[in-house]
Amino acid sequence: MWKTILRRFLVMIPQLILLSVMVFVLAKMMPGDPFTGLITPQTDPAHIAQLRAQAGLNDPWWTQYFRWVANLFQGDMGQSYAFKRPVTGLIGDRAVNTFWLSLVTLIVAYTVAIPLGVIAGRFEDSMRDKVIQVYTFVLLAVPSFVFLLFALLLFGYVLEWFPTSGYVSLEADPGTFGYFLSRIQHILLPAITAGLLSTSGTIQYLRAGVIDNTNEDFVRTARSKGVPERVVFSKHILRNSLLPIAAFMGNSITGLLGGSIFVETIFSYQGMGQLFISSIGTRDYSVITALTLLFGFLTLLGNLLSDIIMSIVDPRIRVE
Amino acid sequence: MEKPEDLLLDIQHLHTAFRVGDDFFDAIDDVNLTLRKDEILAIVGESGSGKSTLATSIIGLHNPLNTRVTGDILYNNLNLVGLNEPIYNRIRGNDIGMIFQDPLAALNPLMRIGDQIAETLVYHTKMSKEERDARVLELLAQVGIPNPQRVFRQYPHELSGGMRQRIVIAIAIACKPPIIIADEPTTALDVTIQAQILDLLRDIQTETHSGIILITHDLGVVAETADRVAVMYAGQIVELGTAQDVFEHPTHPYTRSLLRSMPQADSDDDELHVIQGVVPSLKNMQVKGCRFAERIPWIPADAHEAEPHMHEVGPDHFVQCSCYKTFHFEDEPATTTEG
Repeated sequence: MWKTILRRFLVMIPQLILLSVMVFVLAKMMPGDPFTGLITPQTDPAHIAQLRAQAGLNDPWWTQYFRWVANLFQGDMGQSYAFKRPVTGLIGDRAVNTFWLSLVTLIVAYTVAIPLGVIAGRFEDSMRDKVIQVYTFVLLAVPSFVFLLFALLLFGYVLEWFPTSGYVSLEADPGTFGYFLSRIQHILLPAITAGLLSTSGTIQYLRAGVIDNTNEDFVRTARSKGVPERVVFSKHILRNSLLPIAAFMGNSITGLLGGSIFVETIFSYQGMGQLFISSIGTRDYSVITALTLLFGFLTLLGNLLSDIIMSIVDPRIRVE
Repeated sequence: MEKPEDLLLDIQHLHTAFRVGDDFFDAIDDVNLTLRKDEILAIVGESGSGKSTLATSIIGLHNPLNTRVTGDILYNNLNLVGLNEPIYNRIRGNDIGMIFQDPLAALNPLMRIGDQIAETLVYHTKMSKEERDARVLELLAQVGIPNPQRVFRQYPHELSGGMRQRIVIAIAIACKPPIIIADEPTTALDVTIQAQILDLLRDIQTETHSGIILITHDLGVVAETADRVAVMYAGQIVELGTAQDVFEHPTHPYTRSLLRSMPQADSDDDELHVIQGVVPSLKNMQVKGCRFAERIPWIPADAHEAEPHMHEVGPDHFVQCSCYKTFHFEDEPATTTEG
C-alpha cells in the first residue's frame, strides 16, 4: 500500500509544476501589475518604469517564474494592496476560518446523508424511500444561492436564531470560552445549509450501492451460510456500498472549496471563498493568483486523499 | 424401496411461484423428489426448466415478496417450507451447504478468504477464534488449496477461478452438512478445471457420506458424476432414475431428445438432433397436460395423458406421461430449419 501512495505522490509533482506555470502565465496575462495602483496623474512615467525594472518585471517570463517559485518556497506570495499586508498572512487567517467551516459542513453532510442513503436503499420503493428521494431531488433542483439566501432570511433575520454575518462576534475576546461559543454560533447556519446542499449526491450514490449490492451473489452466499439478515446487511451489503462514498470523501474537498465561494459570500463569513470574490472585485491580483494556486493544490490533494482512502479500504486497488 | 433412515430430504408436491405483475406463475410445478444419504442426485434440464429455482427453494433464499412456495420439503421431520427465518438460518450452512455457479461473484471482494470461510463456523459452532482458524486451514487443505496459510490471508481477486470455486466449496462444507446443493458448480470454469472440481465433489461425498444435489445442464457432467438423475422440463420432473438407467434406457421423449442432441465422439453422423421450439416462458406455460407435447407435435394428442402422472418403467425408474410409448424419432417429419 505504501508503494501505491508513494507512486501517487510522484505523479503529483508534474501536476503541481504544470499548475504553477499555468497560474503564473494567467497572472502575467492579466492587465496591470503591482505598480498600476500607484499611478496618479502626477506620477512620472519614468519613475514607474524604473520601479518595474527594479522589481525585475522586464526580465524574461521564465526568470520571473523561477523567482516567483523561489519566493513561494520561502512563503512569500507578495503583497495585497487592498489589505496592505503580505498575502501569506492574509490567506493564512482566512484558511483557518474556511477549514473549520468546511469541517463542520462535512460532518453535517455525512451524518445526514449516510443514514438517509442507507434507509432509502434498504427499503427501496417504500414510503420512506420516496420521501428521501423527493428531498434529494428538491435539493438538487433548487439553485444553491436561493437555498442559502432563504435559510439566511428565515433563520438569521426572521427567527434570529443565528448571527447573519461574520465568523465571530466583535465583543468576544480571543482565548475565552465565549469566543469559542461565538465562533460555533457563526459556523452553524452556513455549515448546516451547505452540508444539507451536498447530501443529494451521497444519498443517491449510497442508495444505488445498497440496492446493487443486495442483489450480488456474495450476499446470497452469506445468506446460504446462515448468517442473520442483520449481519448480512451490515457486514456484506453496507460495507461494500460505503466503499465509493469513502473514496469520494477526498474529492469532496474540491466541492467544499467551490461551495465556500457561495456560502461565505452569502453569509459574509471571512474565509478564502469570500476573499477570492472580494479580491476579484478589487483586482487584488497577488491574492487572486495565490488563491487560485492554493485551490488548485487543494484539489490535487483531495484527489490524492481519495486514492489513498481507496487503497486502504479496497484490497483490489493496492499495487503489490 | 427407500429405507427411511437413508432419506435425507423428502420433497412432496412442491410448487414455487413467482409473481409477474399481479399474478403468480409456477416455476416449479408439483415436484416430488427424494435425496438419499451417500448419493449424488443430478438435476438436469435446459435453462428455464426450474432446476435452480428448486435449489433456491430448498435452501429458502427466495425473496418472499415476489415468491410463493407451497408443498413440503421434509428434513428430519421438519418442514422447511414456511419455516421462520431464525430457525432456517440455523439450518442453512449447518445442515445444507450451497455451492454457487459463479465463483467470481460468489465471494465478497472485501473480505479475506479465511474470514469468509470462518463466517459459517461463527454462526453454527461454539469454536474459539483459534479453533476456527485451524478448521479453516484444514478445510483449505481438504479442497486442495496449495499453501493454505497464504491463501487464508488473501482476497478473492488474488485467486484463479478454479481456486475460488474450491473456496466456495470449502465454505459449503465447513460445518460438514449432510446435504450439499451444487448449482452449476462447473459452468464458469474451463474443462480441465471442471474435471478437478467434479473429482473434488465426489471425494467430499465419499468422505462425508453426505447427499449432494448437483444441478447442471451438462449431460457429460451427469454421466461422470451422478448416481441418480432427475430430468426437469418446464418446472416438472419428467424422468427420474439411476444414472445408468437414464443414460442407457432413456424413456421420456425429452430425455431421449436431449441425449440425441449431445455430440458423440464415436458417431459418424455429423448432424446433431435439434429439438423443435423453445422452453415455454413462465407466463406461457400450459398448465394442463403434457408440457413437452408442443415440441413433439407429430405425436397424436391422445397419446398424452390429460393429467400426466409418473409411470414406473423399471425398478427406481419413473417417467411422466404416457407419450413415451408412442414416441419414435423416425416419425418426426423432416424439418426445413436445418443448417
